[in-house]
Amino acid sequence: MSLTSPDGKTTIEPDDSGWGTFVRRLSTSADWKTGLVIPALAVLTALIIGAVIIMLTGSSLQETLQAYWALLEGSVGSLRAISATLTEATPLILTGLSVAIAFRAGLFNIGGEGQVLIGGMTAVLVGFSFAGLPWFIHMPLAVIAGFVGGGLWGFVPGFLKAKTGAHEVIVTIMMNYIAIYLVGYLLKSSLFQREGRNDPISKNVEASAALPKLLAWFDSAMRVHLGLFVALAAAVAVWWLLFRTTTGFEFRAVGANPHAARYAGMSVTKVYVLVMIIAGGLAGLAGGGQVLGVLDRASPGFSAGLGFDGISVALLGRSNPFGVVAAALLFGGLNAGGQNMQATANVGIDLVSVIQALIIIFVAAPALIGAIYRVKTDASSTQISQGWSS
Amino acid sequence: MELQLRGITKRFPGVLANDDVTLTARSGKVLALIGENGAGKSTLMNVLSGLYHPDAGEIEIDGTVQKFDDPGDAIRAGIGMVHQHFMLVPVFSVWENVVLGVEPTLGPGVLNRKKARQEVREISERFGLAVDPDVMVEDIPVGIQQRVEIIKVLLRGAKILVFDEPTAVLTPQEVDEFFGIIAELKSRGATIIFITHKLKEALAIADDITVLRGGRVVGHADPATATAEELATMMVGRDIDLVVNKAESQPGDAVLELDGVTMLDDYGRPLLNSISLKVHAGEIVGVAGIQGNGQTELVEAITGLLPVTRGTVRFDGKDITRMSPRDRHSAGMAHVPEDRNHMGMIGSFSVAENLVLDSYYARPFSKGIRLQGGEISTTAEDLVEQFDVRPPIISNTGSALSGGNAQKMIVAREFSRDVPLVICAQPTRGIDVGSIEYIHEQIVKKRDEGRALLIVSTELDEIFALSDRILVMYDGRIVAELKASDTTPTEVGLYMAGRAA
Repeated sequence: MSLTSPDGKTTIEPDDSGWGTFVRRLSTSADWKTGLVIPALAVLTALIIGAVIIMLTGSSLQETLQAYWALLEGSVGSLRAISATLTEATPLILTGLSVAIAFRAGLFNIGGEGQVLIGGMTAVLVGFSFAGLPWFIHMPLAVIAGFVGGGLWGFVPGFLKAKTGAHEVIVTIMMNYIAIYLVGYLLKSSLFQREGRNDPISKNVEASAALPKLLAWFDSAMRVHLGLFVALAAAVAVWWLLFRTTTGFEFRAVGANPHAARYAGMSVTKVYVLVMIIAGGLAGLAGGGQVLGVLDRASPGFSAGLGFDGISVALLGRSNPFGVVAAALLFGGLNAGGQNMQATANVGIDLVSVIQALIIIFVAAPALIGAIYRVKTDASSTQISQGWSS
Repeated sequence: MELQLRGITKRFPGVLANDDVTLTARSGKVLALIGENGAGKSTLMNVLSGLYHPDAGEIEIDGTVQKFDDPGDAIRAGIGMVHQHFMLVPVFSVWENVVLGVEPTLGPGVLNRKKARQEVREISERFGLAVDPDVMVEDIPVGIQQRVEIIKVLLRGAKILVFDEPTAVLTPQEVDEFFGIIAELKSRGATIIFITHKLKEALAIADDITVLRGGRVVGHADPATATAEELATMMVGRDIDLVVNKAESQPGDAVLELDGVTMLDDYGRPLLNSISLKVHAGEIVGVAGIQGNGQTELVEAITGLLPVTRGTVRFDGKDITRMSPRDRHSAGMAHVPEDRNHMGMIGSFSVAENLVLDSYYARPFSKGIRLQGGEISTTAEDLVEQFDVRPPIISNTGSALSGGNAQKMIVAREFSRDVPLVICAQPTRGIDVGSIEYIHEQIVKKRDEGRALLIVSTELDEIFALSDRILVMYDGRIVAELKASDTTPTEVGLYMAGRAA
């Protein structure tokens, strides 16, 4: 009975919801194609088009290649470059996971930005309060505060979706604005504002709450911090949650077919609330990591688009936790290398945004890649979220 | 026009969908093309309508070899397709739908509404296809919508009409009317190809029958002499017993009791109107009725998916009216839902995951929140073997299964639970004869194990094949309760139409 359907769909679909290990999933031929080949070709194509753009602005081929060399050097060319890449990638892993886990449950979390901000604020609050606590209590407490703050910000759209059907895209976008202005207000309040300052800037976090720099003993300019391991642990935890627990089974079922999930006795509304709390919490961790590990304080706009970049990272990583890590490393490398490229090769860092945008276009429209390189793409496997109307 | 297909071969990666298919459809005659799902019927029709290019073979119309580069070529050659799922715009009127794409115009971009209406009316009169050109398509019943589809292809000059499972969505009365339309088209010299897996309909209406299996033509039959059993055997490739063998039922205590169950919609209109019924251990109760008379709501009221407005539902003597679907499931209710793809399974999930879709939450499939992957795989391996799900690969996704095998997977999940009550809604809709036979056997086996079964089906044949007792639903009410051995399909059909109450 291999003649199941006339279009020959008897192959294993490249969805990572199976029971094999991550490695086994990657090793099946279908997965190689959609999981790695398409993103790799998307990156390559984006770099080629980026080069054309550099040349259109009047650079010679040699200058263009020098710019790309600077990009590469700035991302992986030295220990310091690698440190910069990892520092950039750390929050992207977390916001990418935030978007990815919501995607899996069929929700589109555009609210990462607001969740990063609120999570950062709660983390910084705990970080500058409680002076005198030992580090092994203070630091975890501050990190958890970041998760709680972001989780709270994610809970609101999840709850509204569950109770009233309010679309999470609208609500999370609005929650971003509320967060931006709330942060502006709080930073001028006596609770947060640093003594003797008139501009909106928070007190510095206590040393006992700061995430230690991993390589500062070696070179004080290396900013990669313990948050990297928090982010990697979060990726493993999200993978475990999604593919090894009943909760994740419910998330994925609701995301794939809410009607079937309801039939199977799952509470779709409970899933919406819970997954938004977790998604918000992950973005909150990203904000916490930034204030506790990199910035040491909060100032307006410290989220710096991390929540939105998380959408791109989740898309490139196909909402797979380990794909998200890989995508975040790539984006982190582009960001870090872009700064070097701007400094040494006189090509603006904006080009990095262009390249990132092109990558996303090609990943989102695999048929384009399929047409250019004549590889087969399975359009059905690229759907990562449900439509606007559902 | 006479249509000949010669040696049509169409290959997909890994599948030979059509293998040297040769057949002839004659002018003024009905050719029934029958075969199981996956036999290659749809591929053949897509070749005929210009969507696919055959790898080998040719299409000949009235002695001229045709080459279709796209569906437009096929339409110009006189081939018209009436699809199973109608291609109509619900918010457009009948005439707007009919002329869509071939609108008569007064000048560039100006619609000639008068001429369009007139053209529609002309065809509807000439072929006896009564339909009001000005009503909205969303306001007319499915049977009339089908007429609109037929008018559409006739307006485009079709002489060869291909119907893909045309009766799947029709009520028994609409099927009769549809057969009348076919006879009318025939008498006007149209060539008709009728794709179906309903053997009785093929025997009733066809002049020639061609049987496909595994992409090949396995035989031709003369409807005047062939029997349904012979055709089923040809289709499946082995002997098929269309009659379900079962002994007299031995009903025990009432397992499920509904008392005055009423369900109102948002506007206060009754979807279910004071329903009372009992299902006993060791009996099969069949609920007959035309689609949309409250059967879906009845099943969802029993399984807890929709709230009941008034009345009580009792299970094993306990009031479960306000219990959640999950609690009813763990209390011992199994449910094969009516819509396989929409509700019964998750296409992107593996077969193993689909097999625990509603029981993952309890031991042995999970401990705390940890899923027990090993236990799930072992059980899934057992179930696909025991319930003959093919191919038996539990890591395949659910969507890779054919309709019949997907349904067997769902039946495996629900029937493998040793519970007192099984609700089956449309257990064999749209699946092949072999799978139907298998699922029917499983249902009777459950009964003989002393379980209570409630079967909801719009197929009267199925109701009669399985039921010990028959309830007929009409307009949200139960209008008749009959002992299966004391009634006839005609009597039940009358109750279904609401004509005797």
